[in-house]
Amino acid sequence: MHTLKYNLAAFFKYLSLVLGALMALIPIVVVFFASLKTNAEYASTGPLTLPENWMNFANYSKAFVDGNMLLGFMNTIIIVLISIAGATFTGSMMAYILARFKFRGSKLLMGAFLLATLIPGVTTQVATFQIINALDLFNTRWAPILMYLGTDIIAVYIFMQFLDSISESLDESAMLDGASYWTIYWRIILPLLSPAIVTVIIVKGVNIYNDFYTPFLYMPKSSLQVVSTALFKFKGPYGSQWEVICAAIMIAIIPTLIAFVALQKYIYNGFAQGSVK
Amino acid sequence: MPKLSNLSYKNQRILIIFLFSLIPVALLVTFSYLPVFKMFQYSFTSWDGLSKKMEYIGFDNYKTIFTKPEYFAVFKVSLYYFFATFVQMGLALYFATILSFNVRMKNWFKGILFFPTLLNGVAIGFIFLFFFKPEGTLNTILDLLGLGALQQKWLLNPQLINVSLAFASVWRYMGMNFIIFLGAISSIGSEIYEASDIDGANRWHQFRHIILPSIKRILQLNLILAVSGAIGVFEIPYVMTGGSNGSGTFVIQTVDVAFKYSKLGLASAMAVVLLGIVVLVTILQRILIKEET
Repeated sequence: MHTLKYNLAAFFKYLSLVLGALMALIPIVVVFFASLKTNAEYASTGPLTLPENWMNFANYSKAFVDGNMLLGFMNTIIIVLISIAGATFTGSMMAYILARFKFRGSKLLMGAFLLATLIPGVTTQVATFQIINALDLFNTRWAPILMYLGTDIIAVYIFMQFLDSISESLDESAMLDGASYWTIYWRIILPLLSPAIVTVIIVKGVNIYNDFYTPFLYMPKSSLQVVSTALFKFKGPYGSQWEVICAAIMIAIIPTLIAFVALQKYIYNGFAQGSVK
Repeated sequence: MPKLSNLSYKNQRILIIFLFSLIPVALLVTFSYLPVFKMFQYSFTSWDGLSKKMEYIGFDNYKTIFTKPEYFAVFKVSLYYFFATFVQMGLALYFATILSFNVRMKNWFKGILFFPTLLNGVAIGFIFLFFFKPEGTLNTILDLLGLGALQQKWLLNPQLINVSLAFASVWRYMGMNFIIFLGAISSIGSEIYEASDIDGANRWHQFRHIILPSIKRILQLNLILAVSGAIGVFEIPYVMTGGSNGSGTFVIQTVDVAFKYSKLGLASAMAVVLLGIVVLVTILQRILIKEET
């Protein structure tokens, strides 16, 4: 009797897991199927039908060329690299002085960063837009870069958490050797922070790669398109060519998939830390 | 070149505090505090964003928002997403709990459930446009299961459109909640489970009396985020419907009012109202949390 009940519970457990996994996968998998179909094949088959030729990449090359995806990837990479490098430096510097020095105003500074997290970024866009305009940064790559740098508080928290676990006696012994605070930060703290840096790179990288709102609003110029905005342009003109749109979707997803498989271990850590603000 | 190490540690400290905080503080002021200040200022004007002078019109913008139903309707749309968050958190909590215990192919399930969260928002919009199309994935699946009678025009029916969009939103963010809960649950020591096993507790008891209390804070945090998340919905409806058929959210409307119709003053007043709601909910949460502990 007991085993029957136990087996039934196990059955429902696995059933729910399989259903959950199917729910997560089916919407993506059918897009993958459609991306490999020819136009005629797409029109005559249902979404769940497998493509006839698994090697039909014609839609991919069409989407890649017509959508100018290469440009999108280039712009995305430039923005991601500069933003992440900047966020790593500013975040770790801020965390270093906040964690290591007790100075007048340190509480105030911390509070100012904390309070800023309470203001949802989307609410202040209208005013932020005017500031970007006044700085003459509209339609330049610097607009999103500065905004990705400026609104980042999560990085400071992640770094501060890590700094707490780095013993202060390391700093002190370096000071006995006559090292300056800059040397301590640059030679001791920063290298020891590398696990936290990986975390920040992943969390920020995912956010920036997937952001649509900021580039859409601040860089409408087509030569500055990023992956998100390039993909968005397929809406409308390709309304009757879903197989091409599907290929474009896959082109935007594949880098994420590769990164996910390669960095899985770090990603789980990173998100657990990054999200518990 | 003067060397930093020639300075006394006291002077170095002042210098480094100043230099290290200079850029972050400048960015913080420019992109967090200045916009809030400006937003309040604009909200009392009829500024179009271009003209040189701003005309102050007092509380007229606020009056417009609260009296014209077309402006207030977006808050009703937010309710769909707000309720969807509970579904999302429930599912996330369920999967996080069962995957914290022994399950075959655990890592595969974790990876698959979490993966959607990492995807590009525009891509997700398109994926669900394809999913909800009249001859799309969902209707095909229903047909396959013999439930053809349930087929709907998911995105054309004003009764269903926000439910469909909120579903896409749940699909997108469930993995995020899931991974946070998983992290929180894994920090519970295994000896507590073992002790409760000896006492004869079943899985439900363990969930109710061990897991739930330990992740209470995270749950509350997620509730706060749910409110601002529900109001901040943009990408999915914008990509999928452009806000048509009664699916316009607060952010879509703000962007339209500000940048399409050049009513910057009005858009700012809308943003102030929104910020007010978020702050109110946050304060309320804080008070409630304090009372409990």
